[in-house]
Amino acid sequence: MSVLELQDLCVTYRTDGGPVPAVRGVNLTMNAGETVGLAGESGCGKSTIASAVLRLLPKSTKVSGKVLLDGEDVYAMNPGRLRAVRWTSAAIVFQGALQSLNPVRRVGQQIEEAILLHSTQTPATARVRVGELLERVGLPAARAERYPHELSGGQRQRVLIALALSCEPKLLIADEPTTALDVMVQAQVLALLEELQREHGLSLLFITHDLSVLTHTCQRLAVMYAGRIVEEGGSKEVFADPQHPYSRALAAAFPTIGDPLSRMNPQGLAGDPPDPSALPSGCPFAPRCAVAVAECSTLDVTLRHAGPGRSAACVHVDGPDV
Amino acid sequence: MPGLGAAQRACMWMVLMSESVVSESVVSLTNVQVQFGGGRVRAVDTVSLKVGRGEVVALVGESGCGKTTLIRSIIGLEPLAHGSITVEGKPVGRGRGLRALRQRVQMIFQDPSGALNPRHSIYEAVAEGLRIHKVKGHEPTLVAEALAAAGLRPAERYLRRFPHELSGGQRQRVLIAAAMALQPALLLADEPVASLDASIRGEILALMRSFVDTHGVSIIAVTHDLGLAWNIADRVAVMYLGRIVEVGPTEEVLRAPKHPYTQALLSVVPEMESMEQQILVGETPDPSRVPAGCRFHPRCPLVASGEADRRGFGDRCRGVDLELEPEGGSHQVACHAVALSLSDD
Amino acid sequence: MTDLQVPRSGRAVAWDRRRASLAGAWRGLGNDRLALLGFIVLLLFTLMAFAAPLLSDKSSLSAANTGDNPVWSPPSWEFLFGTDHLGHSVAAQFLWGSRISLFVGLMATLLQVGIGSLVGLTAGFFGGWVDAVLMRITDWFLVIPFLPLAIVLAAVLQRGLWTIILVIGVTSWPSTARLLRAQVLTVRQRLYVDRARSLGAGRIHVMRRHVLPNVTPLILASTTLAVPISILTETTLSFLGLGDPTATSWGGMLNAAKDNSAISGGRWWAYMPPGLGIVFVVLAVTLFGRALEEILDPRLRER
Repeated sequence: MSVLELQDLCVTYRTDGGPVPAVRGVNLTMNAGETVGLAGESGCGKSTIASAVLRLLPKSTKVSGKVLLDGEDVYAMNPGRLRAVRWTSAAIVFQGALQSLNPVRRVGQQIEEAILLHSTQTPATARVRVGELLERVGLPAARAERYPHELSGGQRQRVLIALALSCEPKLLIADEPTTALDVMVQAQVLALLEELQREHGLSLLFITHDLSVLTHTCQRLAVMYAGRIVEEGGSKEVFADPQHPYSRALAAAFPTIGDPLSRMNPQGLAGDPPDPSALPSGCPFAPRCAVAVAECSTLDVTLRHAGPGRSAACVHVDGPDV
Repeated sequence: MPGLGAAQRACMWMVLMSESVVSESVVSLTNVQVQFGGGRVRAVDTVSLKVGRGEVVALVGESGCGKTTLIRSIIGLEPLAHGSITVEGKPVGRGRGLRALRQRVQMIFQDPSGALNPRHSIYEAVAEGLRIHKVKGHEPTLVAEALAAAGLRPAERYLRRFPHELSGGQRQRVLIAAAMALQPALLLADEPVASLDASIRGEILALMRSFVDTHGVSIIAVTHDLGLAWNIADRVAVMYLGRIVEVGPTEEVLRAPKHPYTQALLSVVPEMESMEQQILVGETPDPSRVPAGCRFHPRCPLVASGEADRRGFGDRCRGVDLELEPEGGSHQVACHAVALSLSDD
Repeated sequence: MTDLQVPRSGRAVAWDRRRASLAGAWRGLGNDRLALLGFIVLLLFTLMAFAAPLLSDKSSLSAANTGDNPVWSPPSWEFLFGTDHLGHSVAAQFLWGSRISLFVGLMATLLQVGIGSLVGLTAGFFGGWVDAVLMRITDWFLVIPFLPLAIVLAAVLQRGLWTIILVIGVTSWPSTARLLRAQVLTVRQRLYVDRARSLGAGRIHVMRRHVLPNVTPLILASTTLAVPISILTETTLSFLGLGDPTATSWGGMLNAAKDNSAISGGRWWAYMPPGLGIVFVVLAVTLFGRALEEILDPRLRER
């Protein structure tokens, strides 16, 4: 049975300026032990999906479609069941570690709080567990006594990972966990995630805008644009041979060092990521697309089969609709 | 040279560039030291660097290595404890000289949102520098030209807008426009694309590179992203704990790195399939506690694996500090292993 | 001037911006019902204060003219708020007293904000020993207990309106000074100030273009919120008998009511009008000032 299943998920925020459709029909399935990457930039809806899985969106948000955690519909749960499920079935590592941690409480206390909320342990055993968790993520147990501002960026990220693992969830959602970190610290955190994933059989949903990081860490990846998945497939295949023009642009954004093609030749996309509240008609990527044709501005393309285990939402892909 | 049309200016620059066979340096740092906390923190610990006209140098390193402090000292925002910096032959000093310097050297900050006063319109953000230096010309035209040159077209549409109405990429273009409006000789870019979306990155980098071609401006780009160096830099200088440990032409340093730190940095770049990953142990070090001897030795794979001792220079790594030769060849490395193998040849 | 034209000058752009932000502020104020209510109430009271000479004759308050009036008479058609222990019309006193209360409140606030701004901005701008000296002076004034100082000053100086104004101003400016100094220091740390410096800006440019525009809204907001405090303080002083004996403010009316056993005697018309007047004015200014603060400080607004 799948660990996470999104069925035609649509999320619309209610703002002063009117409804904003952040996610417009996303289908995604994750099985136990799988690592899936979600690639995209600001406004594509990937962080919204992360919050939607655990029902962390504001009350005024309209959510349609199904979010199935271990087969159970998260949005049909009563509050008691939801509280029990949060953190024990799925946990999130948010981006911006400094904002996610309470600055006036010691980090050990914060992890302890999560453990005590979800289990019947005593504070003493919880404290021991906190020490174990910190060591598991590569920090000395004594760091539990520190405040968040006393730790470096990489250490804070590790604390967030320890916090997410505290109740032994089956699914870990990491939202841009390494974006603000130095390249070496990023490598350390990624290696840690890989190790934990192998040891605990965790399923990992990795959200980022750096496609190259995903090819390293994930088996499958999905590229999002304007609230929809525009390409999906094995991570190495998608990176090596992207079928959607946007995936191609994302792949080219961070150059391969040593590749003469990108030497003195930075590749980018003209224009800006689209505003979810003002999407153009037809394919939302058409205004920035180098290979757009006439029908792109009128036809709203959906995912089509593009090879074994791959799909892409582009007119130039001629497979059957998914 | 404001007052001339954009095309005329571009022609003048191209003529100047082709005439200068020997490019004198736009900025020259000699044994620069910057300290904080009364000498306790050696943020920049004896750095020498020259940047020529029309050259792009990427200053690469992790947080705490002193790269941002270094460029802030070039523009006079941090005082020097030792050493000297000259820009176009004139030393970076204080008072009136500093103001003139700040027309020839411009800085682009990492956070485009924070760097723009939310109460000022885009027009005023770009015009600020023009007004401070009392640049002659019709101000609105200069502002519109600068915005257009930075890719914001039609410029008039942006003049009355406010920063919060623009995207991150557009804000960075405004900052670049404001900097280039003063026709500087040197641009100091602090992580120019780190906070921007991946697909915008290339555009902004291409824009910066285009200014080098049309205006002959030199750029020092501070970044932890080696891909940025590959994209736009002529030379790369790798910094560690306040000192440059390797510097040279980009192709050489990034394709055949000599210093163990550079090798490790390159190996962990996600698409580097050609190198085995060398993930360094430990945190990025603290500039208030610089190790004795070679400052990298506590994390150096050569020392950790014992190879340094086997080959006989382990003690030197632990005990002898070393710097780059100021007048060495084009590719210089501050490493005992490399120095010894060179002397062996 | 259409959107697509190059403006005539930088000044034109700046004025466009100011007009737009004023329009935005006006709209914001209109949206906040409570603030609008406060504004209207304040307007009414101010108009009433200005119109006092038209509505009632000051001479009616002098002793000579009131010999015939009934003493302690409850509200009636002839005397809308009744009369006090000397037969004076309470309504007339209320009208004339409002002028005193509002005038003293306003003047004292201006004095307090004036001194506070000067000290705070100077300390923030110069830093160093200037800052240290000014802050020690501020601390000294901060620590002085208000009431003893008020009593001492009232005893030493001639009792009168300007004494009260002086007393309130001199004791209240330290908090404004500290607030503004903190704001100046905060703004000077911001990245756009660093950018201005790297562009070649001197300290004066930074103060004029970046610090002051960010500090002025704070001054404005703290002014509006200081007015009710000043009014209440004046009321307190008058109630304690330190006010101007020749010009009766609302506080003075309350004092008179107390002294002449109006409260114990159940003569509510002698103290309710001034009491309620104070409450309404203070409430109105607070509501209005709160909304003003929200409008002018973009951080408090939800974007």
